[in-house]
Amino acid sequence: MTATKIIPDFSVSPHVDQVGIEERASRFTKRSIKNETKINGLKLALNMIDLTTLEGKDTDGKVKQLCYKAFHLHDAYPGLPTVAAICVYPSMVKVAKKALEGSGVKVASVATAFPSGQAPRDVKIRDTKYAVQNGADEVDMVISRGKFLQGEYNFVFDEIAAVKEACGEARLKVILETGELVTFDKVRRASDIAMYAGADFIKTSTGKISPAATMPVTLVMLEAIRDFYYKTGKRIAMKPAGGISKSKLALHYLVMLNEVLGEAWMNNQWFRFGASSLANDILMQLVKQQTGVYQSANYFSID
Amino acid sequence: MAKAIKNNTLKLKFDSARNLSPAPESKSAAKINPRYELFINGKFEKPVSKKYFTTINPANEEKLSEVAEANVSDVNKAVTAARDAYDKVWKRMPVKERAKYVYRIARMIQERAREFAIIETLDGGKPIRESRDFDVPTAANHFFYYAGWADKLEYAFPNRITSPLGVAVQIIPWNFPLLMAAWKIAPALATGNTVVLKPAETTPLTALKLAEIIQEADLPPGVVNIITGAGATGAAMVNHPDINKIAFTGSTDVGKIIQRAIAGTKKRATLELGGKAANIIFDDAPLDQAVEGVINGIFFNQGHVCCAGSRLYVQESVFDQVVRKLKDRLETLIVGDPLDKNTDIGAINSRQQLDIINKYIKIGQQEGAEIYQSS
Repeated sequence: MTATKIIPDFSVSPHVDQVGIEERASRFTKRSIKNETKINGLKLALNMIDLTTLEGKDTDGKVKQLCYKAFHLHDAYPGLPTVAAICVYPSMVKVAKKALEGSGVKVASVATAFPSGQAPRDVKIRDTKYAVQNGADEVDMVISRGKFLQGEYNFVFDEIAAVKEACGEARLKVILETGELVTFDKVRRASDIAMYAGADFIKTSTGKISPAATMPVTLVMLEAIRDFYYKTGKRIAMKPAGGISKSKLALHYLVMLNEVLGEAWMNNQWFRFGASSLANDILMQLVKQQTGVYQSANYFSID
Repeated sequence: MAKAIKNNTLKLKFDSARNLSPAPESKSAAKINPRYELFINGKFEKPVSKKYFTTINPANEEKLSEVAEANVSDVNKAVTAARDAYDKVWKRMPVKERAKYVYRIARMIQERAREFAIIETLDGGKPIRESRDFDVPTAANHFFYYAGWADKLEYAFPNRITSPLGVAVQIIPWNFPLLMAAWKIAPALATGNTVVLKPAETTPLTALKLAEIIQEADLPPGVVNIITGAGATGAAMVNHPDINKIAFTGSTDVGKIIQRAIAGTKKRATLELGGKAANIIFDDAPLDQAVEGVINGIFFNQGHVCCAGSRLYVQESVFDQVVRKLKDRLETLIVGDPLDKNTDIGAINSRQQLDIINKYIKIGQQEGAEIYQSS
């Protein structure tokens, strides 16, 4: 952080027209994705998944099992990619790191008093450092939505910047929890704050609040990323999370990504799906493309 | 440290967004006869003129079918049929009964929506996405909507008594062939008038398909007559002495001719003529959605829209940003086979129209305009 950096006035972030953004988002769903494009899209989507388990009941065994799945998605289908990362609580980072050794799959950890974020800053920083010290490659933080809604944008900005510093080499995903921000204007403003404060990713949701990711909300954030890129030359990655469990919807997201940010973002460095059940649906679609018939869910791993 | 970077040094790439595997709609789901006659008095009749003209698919200029060319005698037959149906059947029919027929047509359009969409795209060149999602469903909706009005006219205008006019001749353009037909026929029927309709000579097929539906719907013979032909047929319709109303959508020039032709007569007219619209963007606008509005305004239906937003005024402070956003958006428009479900911009409606567009582009360039085309 140097003094020369220009930080805009976030209270004048661009406005978003609700009717317009929803109509534009629905337009992407009209693209008809067939044959080769479909197979490539499904494999890409698989490779963009942050396979996630964020439950109070998570055990070492559960996490190990999920890590195994990350690079053995469906061994009956040769040539499948791995998922991008495993996403767990900080206490599970060590287990995941060990289980994923040498696989190339990253370990992502939620932190900063996930999912509510209602904790003092020093607790959040310690939470973050704990995850990173245990080997997290990526940290998924939550913003203080309460402070944001109170208009304390500087507080939110400073907190993100402090967590970014605590991350060190780890890439920082900033969860806006768009379901609690309610309006598109606020989503846009929170996106701008997060990006200028040092986010590597902006992410829609924790998955604990409904609505989670939607196409219009993701579109608002993609447009914010594009405007930021044109202003600063810096690429920011995007992660919609929660509510994306079907292949067809995942393909619609990829169409949207491709038409808003273009080819450079079409890989798991710059785009992720935060999802748990999406992987199996994609696997079922891929097998169907290969064999012409749908398999029973019993032929795929449970989680 | 990231400093503000000049806009023109950064560029997003969208090649893969345009190169999707083909997703063509199937032609075989639509039945097109090799020849269509005139629909007069509930029957398809050979033209007195004995003449036919071909209608083509503008995307590949292949012949789709040939349709009858109505002359003055044919027009006379159609107007006579409409007059008889008006006097003997339609104006006397209880309004609720009238409404039932209009509802029936709406439902039958819905049932055959896919076939209508394919034929609309084949005959007119518009992308299947638009005929499927806009033209055909909206056409059905118009019939539904006006069917609902038929028995409420009595209450719509307090202290006034509504009554039908009589025989309406309706002349429609090629940009929304089925939708325009619905737009004109549905209100005329609901209010108790009978109709002689002529679709444009380049896009007659969906109107003739609609004639088949009207026949199947058992609408009393002569209530709707659909005849085909070019300008001369239209002139014969407008000049026929026994008509009460002219509804015309088309060019300003022809609209003026019609106004002159009916001056001093008791014929009423609704003229919907050419025009182009302007977009204005101020710096406090939601720019991405404004850009989307501009794109839909000018590229919807290949720009073949009477109110297409062909001019754009932008506040200077956001000019560069808006132009950049427009260029990025243009990169993702897919130009191609109108029958492919991913096509955004299909075929220009006719070679004649393409020549007109090219002529205007040339004039613009000669006058010093800059041209930008997507890659």
